[in-house]
Amino acid sequence: MVTDSDDHIIRVRGLVTRFGAHTVHDGLDLDVRRGEIIGIVGGSGTGKSVLLRAIVGLLQPQAGKIEVFGESVRDTGVDAYRDLRRRWGVMFQDGALFSSLTVRQNVEAPMREQLDLPDALRETLAGIKVRMVGLPEDAMDKFPSELSGGMRKRAGFARAIALDPAIVFLDEPTAGLDPVGAAAFDTLIKQLQAALGLTVFFVTHDLDSLNAICDRIAVLADRKVLAVGTMDDMMKVDHPWVREYFHGPRARAALASAGKTS
Amino acid sequence: MTTAARLTATDDGLRVAGALTIDAVAALAPAAVAGAVIDVTDMTHMDTAGAWFLIDLQDRAGGAQIVGATPVQTQLIETVRANLAPADAAPPAPDDLTARVSDFGKRVATAGQTAKELLSFLGQVVAAIAGLLWRPRRLRLTSLVHQCQQVGLNAVPIVALMAFLIGVVLAFQGSAQLRQFGAEVFVVDLISISVLRELGILLTAIIVAGRSGSAFTAAIGSMKMREEIDALRTLGLDPIDVLVVPRVLALMLMLPALGFVADLSGLIGGAMMSWIDLGVSPAVFQARLLSNTDVWHFGVGMIKAPFFALIIGIIGCYEGMSVGGDAESLGRLTSTSVVLSIFMVIVMDALFSIFFATVGI
Ligand SMILES: Nc1ncnc2c1ncn2[C@@H]1O[C@H](COP(=O)(O)OP(=O)(O)OP(=O)(O)O)[C@@H](O)[C@H]1O
Ligand SMILES: [Mg+2]
Repeated sequence: MVTDSDDHIIRVRGLVTRFGAHTVHDGLDLDVRRGEIIGIVGGSGTGKSVLLRAIVGLLQPQAGKIEVFGESVRDTGVDAYRDLRRRWGVMFQDGALFSSLTVRQNVEAPMREQLDLPDALRETLAGIKVRMVGLPEDAMDKFPSELSGGMRKRAGFARAIALDPAIVFLDEPTAGLDPVGAAAFDTLIKQLQAALGLTVFFVTHDLDSLNAICDRIAVLADRKVLAVGTMDDMMKVDHPWVREYFHGPRARAALASAGKTS
Repeated sequence: MTTAARLTATDDGLRVAGALTIDAVAALAPAAVAGAVIDVTDMTHMDTAGAWFLIDLQDRAGGAQIVGATPVQTQLIETVRANLAPADAAPPAPDDLTARVSDFGKRVATAGQTAKELLSFLGQVVAAIAGLLWRPRRLRLTSLVHQCQQVGLNAVPIVALMAFLIGVVLAFQGSAQLRQFGAEVFVVDLISISVLRELGILLTAIIVAGRSGSAFTAAIGSMKMREEIDALRTLGLDPIDVLVVPRVLALMLMLPALGFVADLSGLIGGAMMSWIDLGVSPAVFQARLLSNTDVWHFGVGMIKAPFFALIIGIIGCYEGMSVGGDAESLGRLTSTSVVLSIFMVIVMDALFSIFFATVGI
């Protein structure tokens, strides 16, 4: 895996996003290295989801530069953007599965759009992805409204990795999963990351996930990225919210249990 | 940057070189056969599709060996292997004729079930409305006024224009026929009876079904989809009281008013065209209208209005409540709602015709 510190797969500079008078980001900078799992944390409403949407080009920032694979996301032509999209997968906070398609068809959807595959091959590959994220066999032909919240998350993840992208953006994938399921999900992400050389942009509130699989952590607060670094670096940051978050009782419990198992 | 995978045959099997990714897999001949050994030493890159391809090759060759994979690649291959489709076969497709008969049966049963549910829904709504007589404070006045504006006031321009044009068309078509007998003045009776008795209210009801019935289904349906209806129930609020009664009541109040607007502008349109085309002056038109047209023609139209309103409102809200979790059912049921309510309005109109003919009005 290439982990040259200059090899940044995502580069955000001076990002400003605003909704009316409400400024969400003000001069935000962030670099994501190729092949790492970066955890994005921050209080509710600090703009984690908005940052994700800006990076994948769903939202026009008021100012700033965003480069993915060295290409500016907003200034590329239609074809180049299409090509970019093929190289990333996104899982939205509330799943955003297509409600009129079954789980398998949802996973097939990006393949259908982006590639010209024979039907049988597409079905086989979609089936593998669905099983990979730990969904039972009978979930394959169910509609999203017939799944539990956690199952919808898994299906969303299966769709995000359908094309074996280079980057996956995950918006709180483990929220709403049972702890065992969440841990299995973390393992899965880690495993796929190792096997496929994925870069993972991982928005989460889950300290266990941060601790277990994230190479680096970026904290969003005060409309900026307040700090980026490893878990150990985070423990030294002197900011009220960060201290509260990484030194609170839940953090201590998560760290303690991680210490015991490792 | 990377070259797509190439397969070359070796003495004891197959050598894979380059990037074995999803594009390459689609392009490679699915007929490729491995020997005893699949050598992947020169494979630069592999994704899940590539891993599946190797496993598939291996299985078809009766358990060839994969050599030269890096630990990461081996792990991915094992992950994919663990997630292959279970071996048991798909269930057999049912017999064609049986399937069709059972499909027909299901449709009939569903239609019967829908009719039953619709009737019970009607009962609930009527009971809720009747209950308001005892407890008028349960009425959601703000909501009712808002709905009245939506379904009533905002529909006035389109309804008036439509009726005006209908009046014009009737006068124009009628005059062509009546002139042959020199009976031009009967155009007044033609217009007044057809507009007041039938067309005014019927066409208004059809426009309202398309405009408001569909809006009811879409609004309630999307609330249902986002579990807002369940949220209302858990808060101890009855969705019938909160959502359905104001809509149905607003429609029952407003449809007669809209019908009245339609009657007026239909007569005005007819009078204008009669004047232009036949020289029947507005004064003559008015005198003839007052002396020759029984007020019951107007009464018949107005009596029908609240019933049409009830049909449109009930069907619109019921279909909204039947929306499931997916976006497609919302679209399907919205169009069902419009088609069904227009159909039922026309059926109702036919029943009224028989009824009024029997009682002799
Ligand atoms: N489409 C929008 N229109 C207006 N304001 C928006 C919009 N989307 C987001 N916001 C605002 O931007 C801010 C950041 O929202 P965002 O969804 O990014 O939060 P978040 O960090 O993802 O929070 P959470 O952890 O709860 O998901 C919020 O104050 C939100 O109200
Ligand atoms: Mg969010």
